[in-house]
Amino acid sequence: MKKWFIGIILFLVSVFIWVPLWMLLSGTLMGAGELSWNLAPVLESGDGYATWPIIANYPTLQAYVELLLDTPQFFTVFWNSCKQVFPIILGHIVLGAPAAWAFARFEFRGKKVLYTLYIVLMLMPFQVTMVSSYLVLNKLGFIDNIWAIILPGAASTLPVFIMTSFFLTIPNAVTEAAAVDGASSFQTFLRLGLPLGAPGILSVAVLGFLEYWNAMEAPQAFLKDQTLWPLSLYMANITADNAGVSLIASLITLMPPLLIFLFGQKYLEQGIISSGMKD
Amino acid sequence: MKKILLRQRKKQWDEHDYKAPWKERIVPWMFLAPSLFVVSVMVLLPLLDAFRRSFFFAVSNQFVGLQNYISVLGNSAFKLAAANTAKFIAVCIPLLLVISLAVALMLTAFQEKRGIFKTSFLVPMAIPVASIVLLWRVIFHRNGLLNGIRALWDAAPVDWIGSAASFGVLVFAYLWKNFGYDMVLWLSGISAINPALYEAAQIDGAGSVKRFVKITLPNLMPTLFTVAVLSLLNSFKVFREAYLIAGSYPDDSIYMLQHLFNNWFSNLDVDKMCAGAVMMALLVFILIMLLQKIMNRGDSV
Repeated sequence: MKKWFIGIILFLVSVFIWVPLWMLLSGTLMGAGELSWNLAPVLESGDGYATWPIIANYPTLQAYVELLLDTPQFFTVFWNSCKQVFPIILGHIVLGAPAAWAFARFEFRGKKVLYTLYIVLMLMPFQVTMVSSYLVLNKLGFIDNIWAIILPGAASTLPVFIMTSFFLTIPNAVTEAAAVDGASSFQTFLRLGLPLGAPGILSVAVLGFLEYWNAMEAPQAFLKDQTLWPLSLYMANITADNAGVSLIASLITLMPPLLIFLFGQKYLEQGIISSGMKD
Repeated sequence: MKKILLRQRKKQWDEHDYKAPWKERIVPWMFLAPSLFVVSVMVLLPLLDAFRRSFFFAVSNQFVGLQNYISVLGNSAFKLAAANTAKFIAVCIPLLLVISLAVALMLTAFQEKRGIFKTSFLVPMAIPVASIVLLWRVIFHRNGLLNGIRALWDAAPVDWIGSAASFGVLVFAYLWKNFGYDMVLWLSGISAINPALYEAAQIDGAGSVKRFVKITLPNLMPTLFTVAVLSLLNSFKVFREAYLIAGSYPDDSIYMLQHLFNNWFSNLDVDKMCAGAVMMALLVFILIMLLQKIMNRGDSV
């Protein structure tokens, strides 16, 4: 195939990605009046078809003002998301990195069984662990509490798997030299393992952020109290009433993961690749 | 590669001192302890408990053998949901694999310098489903943009969300979000193929189709396994799209196992959920084993 022909096909594929995102952005600049006029056929199920101008006919920041100044609730929800996502990622690193270090750098009885177990757990969809998580969270009194999201999230074994493959790439000579110099195995992990495995830890953080910022299943099941809901659930429930505000809420919701993606794309790619390494 | 590294390390340790004093032998367990504790308490023991409960009635706590399994399997909602989930997996995963492979191959051939296309294709991974779903609703609504465009050709409007067509909408939304992930895996598989193979084939006068069939495809077989497994697992997350586009009780054509589990959960049907979870875990496990078997056969060819 000619190169320009391939370029055209790739361009057409990327149009599918950029057009919806552009629509989202241009939609936020439509005033409430223009938006409800354009969307009336959808929102009020009248006749005719919805329209969406490429650029708003009467651009305004009205909806931004409304969301940022008149909807204090939105900030609470945004903060809820942060309070759930960051502790999970911290948990992945604090619990997962030492475990991955053990799998990657030590030989011990039962290692193979344990590692296989971790892989099997990592492969289970949420629906499998849903009821068992509920039972244990209920027993611990964590239902309707952000720990109901944080603890099962932090117990994910995928980060261990990813970090193990990064720690495996550190040459043995490095840690052996440290041992000769009299460093304890704990010091070796802190001073050599963590810095040398930093790309793996960043990959876990990026993948974890994208996944848990977007998570809906666990909050929906374990948080009945709406004041604890994260953005993903909150969004599901405002869309119908106020299209203007919900468009902006959409845009603000996707900002943090988009920024993390743009700065961490390299780590995201490495993380994806090592999530696909065969054991 | 990981397997080789692990094996090398084991060999080095075997040559090293395996009968180390307990103080040394306990070290890896100290590294493992925090993770092992949380995983056991939050996941492993609860799963075993759920397995036990699947043989009991939740209310009377009376042993009933396979009764829960039989009542789940006989449930008409379960049959519908299982069939839809199977259909979704059967349609979506091959599509996803083929599209992402095609894009990865084109990207490799195009050799772009700044990686703008690659970044574009990965962007949907960063877009929360909740953010994009309002747009899908505006596009696919009965009076939405897609029907508006179709009306230019006088095509009759289709209710994309409220009818059996919603299955197609779901496939589209899923592909949109996930093909970048698979593309990265394919790209890494493609870049691992030894370029000398292509050069040799070119010298032998093999055309581009022949090179693709004889070199690229066979060398991508191991990648195919991992891409297939990871896509299978990600396919369960399509519930987010399904729920956000169409709610708890969508059209029958996209009523999936995930909806069923959620509705059981709302009614606290613990015994049904336990039996369902055990069957789902088994099914995932069997599917992965099956995939591995098929791929291994492909490997040896």
